[in-house]
Amino acid sequence: MSVDAPAIMKAAWLIPALPLFGAAVLTFFGPKMKRASGPFATMMMAGAATVSGIVFFQMLGATERTFVGTLYSWISAGSFQVAVDYRVDPLSILFCLVVTGVGALIHLYSVGYMKGDPREPRYFAYLNLFAFSMLVLVLANNFLLLYVGWELVGLCSYLLIGFWFEVRENASAAKKAFITNRVGDFSFSIGIFLIFAQIGSLDFGTVFASAPAVLSAGTATAIALLLFGGATGKSAQIPLYVWLPDAMAGPTPVSALIHAATMVTAGVYMVARTHVFFDLSAASGDVVAWIGLATALLAGLIAIAQDDIKRVLAYSTVSQLGFMFVALGVGAYATGVFHVVTHAFFKALLFLGAGSVMHALANRTDVTQMGGLWRKIPWTMATFVAGWLAIIGFPFTSGFFSKDQILEAAYGSGNDALWILLLVATLVTGFYMTRLLVLTFFGPSRVPDGVHPHESPPSMLFPLVLLGAAALLGGLLGARPEDGAIQRFLQPVTAPSVTSELGFEGEVPFVEDLERPEAFPHREGGLSEGQLSGLATAAGVGGAAVALIMYAGAFDWRRRRENPGLAWRAARNKFFVDEVYQFLFTSLGRLGATALAFVVDTRWIDGVVNGAGMMTTRLATLGRRLQTGFVRSYAIGVLAGGVGLMAFFFVRSVV
Amino acid sequence: MAEGVVFWLAAIASIGSAVFMFLARDAVRAALGLVMNLFALAVLFVLLDAHFLAAVQVIVYAGAIMVLFLFVIMLLGVDRADDLTERLKVQSWLAVPLVFGLVAITYLSVRGAAATTEFAGLDEANASGNVEGIGRLLFNEYLFPFEVTSLLLIVAAVGALVIGKRRRASRTDREDEDA
Amino acid sequence: MSFFQVQPSHFLGLAAILFATGTAAVLLRKNALRIFMGIELMLNAVNLTLVTFAKIHGGLDGQVLAFFVMVVAAAEVVVGLGIIVAIFRRKGRVPAGATAVDAASVDDVSALKG
Repeated sequence: MSVDAPAIMKAAWLIPALPLFGAAVLTFFGPKMKRASGPFATMMMAGAATVSGIVFFQMLGATERTFVGTLYSWISAGSFQVAVDYRVDPLSILFCLVVTGVGALIHLYSVGYMKGDPREPRYFAYLNLFAFSMLVLVLANNFLLLYVGWELVGLCSYLLIGFWFEVRENASAAKKAFITNRVGDFSFSIGIFLIFAQIGSLDFGTVFASAPAVLSAGTATAIALLLFGGATGKSAQIPLYVWLPDAMAGPTPVSALIHAATMVTAGVYMVARTHVFFDLSAASGDVVAWIGLATALLAGLIAIAQDDIKRVLAYSTVSQLGFMFVALGVGAYATGVFHVVTHAFFKALLFLGAGSVMHALANRTDVTQMGGLWRKIPWTMATFVAGWLAIIGFPFTSGFFSKDQILEAAYGSGNDALWILLLVATLVTGFYMTRLLVLTFFGPSRVPDGVHPHESPPSMLFPLVLLGAAALLGGLLGARPEDGAIQRFLQPVTAPSVTSELGFEGEVPFVEDLERPEAFPHREGGLSEGQLSGLATAAGVGGAAVALIMYAGAFDWRRRRENPGLAWRAARNKFFVDEVYQFLFTSLGRLGATALAFVVDTRWIDGVVNGAGMMTTRLATLGRRLQTGFVRSYAIGVLAGGVGLMAFFFVRSVV
Repeated sequence: MAEGVVFWLAAIASIGSAVFMFLARDAVRAALGLVMNLFALAVLFVLLDAHFLAAVQVIVYAGAIMVLFLFVIMLLGVDRADDLTERLKVQSWLAVPLVFGLVAITYLSVRGAAATTEFAGLDEANASGNVEGIGRLLFNEYLFPFEVTSLLLIVAAVGALVIGKRRRASRTDREDEDA
Repeated sequence: MSFFQVQPSHFLGLAAILFATGTAAVLLRKNALRIFMGIELMLNAVNLTLVTFAKIHGGLDGQVLAFFVMVVAAAEVVVGLGIIVAIFRRKGRVPAGATAVDAASVDDVSALKG
């Protein structure tokens, strides 16, 4: 908090305010604005992006890079004080840039994609509302406001996935997303309660400063794991990833924005923001890393066997998020965030490219009915290739740098199994992405008759080109693992607050440094940086090469499908995870509910209630016998009472 | 000394007649027992220097009220022996101990205080005669209750009239018109 | 303290016994009129108590109160008997010779039975 912060940093609240304004206007005047709603929403996003950019550049030149501005005091109940305040620091402004930048491009893309849809204004209202929610999430300065943003993005995700709710599956997918998220949110909220119970405040500054002193290792582990539970929901890790593939039911730009670049990275943001807790407990870091790895591997294997272009990309997102969590788990927080940035570029690009393909083929998504499109939609193909190069880790693309660094961090953590398995995941990534590319764009055309692929309009192509450039060149932002621009920029926020057992080199950094190299896990001896990078690239490109050879002709995949092996069938059926969940939660849950309804409720609870009534009746029947109607009985009652009273007073006076 | 003898005689008479009233076979005998009891009480009042009250007791209580009682007994034809079967068994089992308990409690409660008191005597109060003494009190301190009781008597008389009125429609009453 | 010396406690004891007898009569008799007589006995016992205390304290207040009790008892008897007559007159004539029926039994008036 500084008094001399540049004025624009104080006005950072404009960043979420503009999309909120956009959403409000579109809600009330949308139907009147019709075709203008898209450009209007895009302008709001562009405005927010501009403000973010200005704040960012101001921050680079400022003496102090953390600014907290309070809008108003929200809850004031004795010792529980929560304000609506925003925190502008390197981490939040980086995410703001990504959200508003990529978001603005996707808004522009949507203008072309959603043309003609009867509910177009509503779509843009939702999209702006989403941007607002995500910006609240990253700009919040306390856990409660973070949670508000967290929930709101979940809501917007629901609204947008189920945008075409007339189709039953879309509505179901939206529900699935929301409910699965809710489970994670529950874990998150318990974590927040625990934080408040232990530390007494929800304000980031207070919490992160006092946590090392106040919390025991056990409590810190508990908090970290509970918070991570929320992250598994929002960022689609095991066990709560099942909603993301189904979420592809929404419009493709939505998939690009929410389920590739922004909402799903909220979990990564949250872990990076609250890394203090993860630093305090080594166990939580291990859990995060291993879950990330398992997710990366599982999702990659499933992606190999999917035919729906969006579904492959969805599983790819889940897998890449796993990579990010591995980085976070071993303590290389800035590297994880770097991968968020690069992933935002190439995954959004790939999704928008897929949307372009669907636009060309009248909404077809089955790659077995594509092929040979490189001639018909060259711009789409070219940008898609750019994204493909980045994701497989082709040298010097953005993905190359970020992925290599993750593998380096995994190696540096000393955990060989982790590193080797991550290499396998990289190989798998190269494989399935190349399969997708070849089947979609190259080879003989399997497009059905009557469909005439045509290139997309410029409003759709322009974002593709821009993102393509970013995907290829964006790596320069963080080229060196510890010394890259992004890592140095983020360090004041993501530096470990305590030296942990993860093997950090160097001392705990001073807080006054505005930028410094990342505290990156290292191991003594072992392979050099160059060797590690070579291995990582070999894995990725190697996997791509195998797929290229297979699908370019050597492998008659169509004949193999008639007699698939067990592995193929398992992968194609997503390893039956959904079915297991269905059984465990739905069927068993229904059983439990029936038991509760018919035994507990009907027999016991109703029994108590009815029993109370019956007891009253019985008591009354008994008591009724007092009313004999005989005056003499009443007279005896009077006398008995009188004698009793006399006796009472007599005894009292004697005693 | 003479007082003592009179007292004991009157006491025995009073208790005896009370018990007789309780145990009597029918209502008329019971009424007569009560009359005897009232007379005994009048004697006791005289012993206690309540001459006026003794007179009123005999004239009003024994002379008017009990006569009224006997009228009604005759009217209702209850000169027959009473039915002794007790329908409510509980009643007898409870009533006896309760009555004894009542006596016991009363005795115990009063014993401590009463044993030590002496008669202060009414010689002073009765200086100008018991009647005058009562009259003085009645028309000075107790004037208001006096007036209220006179009102009460009027109300009682009117009430009795209203209650006793025959209804024309009742068949069973027509035969009783002479009674 | 000879036996023949009249003591206040004797009077009070006598009054208690009379009161108890009256109570017994009220509780153990079914005939409405006999119950009423028991009540009268109770009232007289109270009168005796009042007069005794008048002599104990040397004032005539107790006697005046006893006087009022008598007045009210008279009024009460008038009304009470009127009610009894009103209720039991309608029972109808009992044929001569019947012994087990009580013409004024209080137990017959049990309309308030719950």
